Amino acid sequence: MNILMLVVRRLFHAFLLILAVLVLNFLLIHIAPGDPAEVIAGEMGGATEEMLADIRSAYGLDKPVIVQLGTYLGKALQGDLGQSFFYNAPVLDLVLDRVGATILLVLVALLFAIFVGTLLGVIASHKPKGLVSGLVTLISVIGYSAPIFWTGMMLVIIFAWAIPIFPISGMYDITLSDDLLTRSLDIAHHLVLPALTLGIVYLAQYARLSRASMLEILGSDYIRTARAKGASEISVYGHHALRNAILPVVTIAGLQFGAIVSGAVLVETVFSWPGLGTLAFDSILARDYPTVLGILFFSSLLVIVANILTDLVYRLVDPRIRTGG
Amino acid sequence: MKKFGVMALAATLLAGTFASAPLQAEEGKPGGTLVIGTTQKARHLNPAVQSGIATAVPGTQIFATPLRFDENWQAKPYLAESWEIAEDGKSITLNLRKNAKFHDGKPITSEDVAFSLQTVKDNHPFKTMFAPVTAVETPDAHTAILKFAQPHPAAMLAMSGALLPIIPKHVYGDGQDAKSHPANSAPVGSGPFKFVEFKPGQHIILEKNPDYFLEGKPYLDKIIIKNYKDPTSLALATDKGEVTMFPFLASTRDIARLKKNKDIVVTSDGYAAVGPLNWLAFNTNNEYLKHKKVRQAIAYGFDQKFIINALHGGLSKPASGPVAPGSPYYAPDVEKYALDLDKANALLDEAGFKAGDDGTRFTLGLDYIPGSAEMQKSIAEYLKPQLKKIGINVELRASPDFPTWAKRVGGHEFDMTMDIVFNWADPVIGVHRTYICSNIRKGVIWSNTQSYCNEEVDKLLDTAGKELDQAKRIALYQQAQKIIVDEAPQVFINTLPYHTAYNATKLGNPPLTIWGAMSPLDEVYFK
Repeated sequence: MNILMLVVRRLFHAFLLILAVLVLNFLLIHIAPGDPAEVIAGEMGGATEEMLADIRSAYGLDKPVIVQLGTYLGKALQGDLGQSFFYNAPVLDLVLDRVGATILLVLVALLFAIFVGTLLGVIASHKPKGLVSGLVTLISVIGYSAPIFWTGMMLVIIFAWAIPIFPISGMYDITLSDDLLTRSLDIAHHLVLPALTLGIVYLAQYARLSRASMLEILGSDYIRTARAKGASEISVYGHHALRNAILPVVTIAGLQFGAIVSGAVLVETVFSWPGLGTLAFDSILARDYPTVLGILFFSSLLVIVANILTDLVYRLVDPRIRTGG
Repeated sequence: MKKFGVMALAATLLAGTFASAPLQAEEGKPGGTLVIGTTQKARHLNPAVQSGIATAVPGTQIFATPLRFDENWQAKPYLAESWEIAEDGKSITLNLRKNAKFHDGKPITSEDVAFSLQTVKDNHPFKTMFAPVTAVETPDAHTAILKFAQPHPAAMLAMSGALLPIIPKHVYGDGQDAKSHPANSAPVGSGPFKFVEFKPGQHIILEKNPDYFLEGKPYLDKIIIKNYKDPTSLALATDKGEVTMFPFLASTRDIARLKKNKDIVVTSDGYAAVGPLNWLAFNTNNEYLKHKKVRQAIAYGFDQKFIINALHGGLSKPASGPVAPGSPYYAPDVEKYALDLDKANALLDEAGFKAGDDGTRFTLGLDYIPGSAEMQKSIAEYLKPQLKKIGINVELRASPDFPTWAKRVGGHEFDMTMDIVFNWADPVIGVHRTYICSNIRKGVIWSNTQSYCNEEVDKLLDTAGKELDQAKRIALYQQAQKIIVDEAPQVFINTLPYHTAYNATKLGNPPLTIWGAMSPLDEVYFK
């Protein structure tokens, strides 16, 4: 019951939030100079005034911005995200065609970051002044401070160009046969570098986080008690300490989901990963308002759902938490 | 046509553009998947309602046109097996092949030709292509007669390449707007390849049309057109063999890089019809630029050779007038504006703009199209210190993206801008628009954004557009170009160094006619 109430309340908040996101972004993109009709004309290598007027009226661009916004929100509430100006296809189709690729990339990167990051953090916490700990800190600092696109390009130069073991870009090789096994292996092969790029940034944070919280917990009374009772080192680390040390990791993972999605935009652009990021990039350049808004709608949705899930997971991991008192 | 010899001498750089004899297409063998790489994103695949390279490359594979042209600007039969031009030039009769079918099995008739022409006339941005067409008569299923209000020689080129795709009336004639017709993203045509899949911004897949009306063709089983995010990744993919053909390659660094690969041939053939010009345009409404002498001074004030040799590594070719070199209408003997700072300074003095104490005469803004560093930004950056030498202070203005630039230039809110404009085969299609007075339209990019208006030029272009005698037509265009170059509403810099890179060990009969990759790839084969 409690959980249900929480979810309902959070969903209501989410709805308001998405509405605000849409309104704000709609106004923002309209402030940018440039006109979708001119982009389409540009694609055509020129157009006549009549054609421009035609395009504008076809997409309702000749009406005041407020009216356009009203029309858009009205349709969006009925689940109609409109037609892409640029591709002249339903935005929903374009977005659904791409959202899977983004989710795959973000999830794989996130899981990689959490597992490897936590593992490194735990190893580092074992001998806080040792060589491993120093190395982990060094990797963390570099991983965290290097710009994500630079990391991506470096990985491409090293592992796709100098030592060509991974493909440079894309999600799968279209020339290969499309039976499930071949395609899946091919996607996995293409996924390594982008997921690694996106993962490295966050891995560093998890390593530092779990190292710090492990160190704090390892010094606490109940660990000393466990050791005094003769618990093995493995049990002390795994059973006693890590369970509590993992809590901040879960929190941060949930909070960071939004940041990871925006990081994914950059990574997708570097690797031509056909997700929402590359579509967003192209759509902004084309002033394709409906598509940009559709993508923002979906990414807000992803982040909100991730946050609600985090809350739920947190309640499972830490029984002390009781929302609303 | 005799002018070609002179032209080839005048521009030794044009080596290879004028093959003396038509290339004999080799006998191919069937099979293979051709991967074409591109950085251009197609909005959809129907060239009848959309111009541009991105739609033209797949569009010319899916749809056939009445005519095709060889590498010497000669018309060849395609969907029309023969044609007659009336004595008075006011009609062209097309005799269609009787065995041509659409991909859905329905026969192609003169009705489809009439319908396609009307669709292009109503929806295509190049209004001048078929503006003089008053009717298309269809006396029988395989005869279509185009009627013109006036002689219209440009119709021949306008019936080739991607300009007049024959689209099925039984699909597009359902009353929906052709510009947003759902069939545009999954078209039914009659060309050598059939539509399979279109993933916007990712790839286009086409497969062999087994019922193609030309016996034994096409040779390829499949064509995949793959999108890459930037020319550098595409060049890398070509180098690695992931991509077999890379048309419209224009980055001089990538051209040089791919030339090092011994398996890859990089050729500049196949771009004669596009005629892509790079120029510096003036807003002639500007208080300084309205003076012809100021415009000429700027033309003398910078060095075209430096741009081509230093900035483009010698890979682009000089442009000197409104018609690109390589076109039969190119004017070789116009003022070339070789670098001459003394002359430039003298002209500015004559125009009455004396240098102040700091040596500056006046200030002008300079825009450029974003995202094309070699052809636009670096030239603009060279012009700034260069024009300082003749006392003109240049303020560069970057645009964050294309729409921003288009808004500024289309809206006439600029002093000078770098610009890229295509000839599109016949001057009536791509050249007139930049100069005729009636095409000064605020808010329309690639119209007469210089606001240059000269009645004599108008008259010459109008007469040339209607002239049936090729020699006379060439003379008229040369006369018009002489005046335009002298008046200098813009200064011509170079043609874009478009090249096609392809793996010559694997690929035979690459597309090298005037339309290049914007023509049916029905003779391309894997060795």
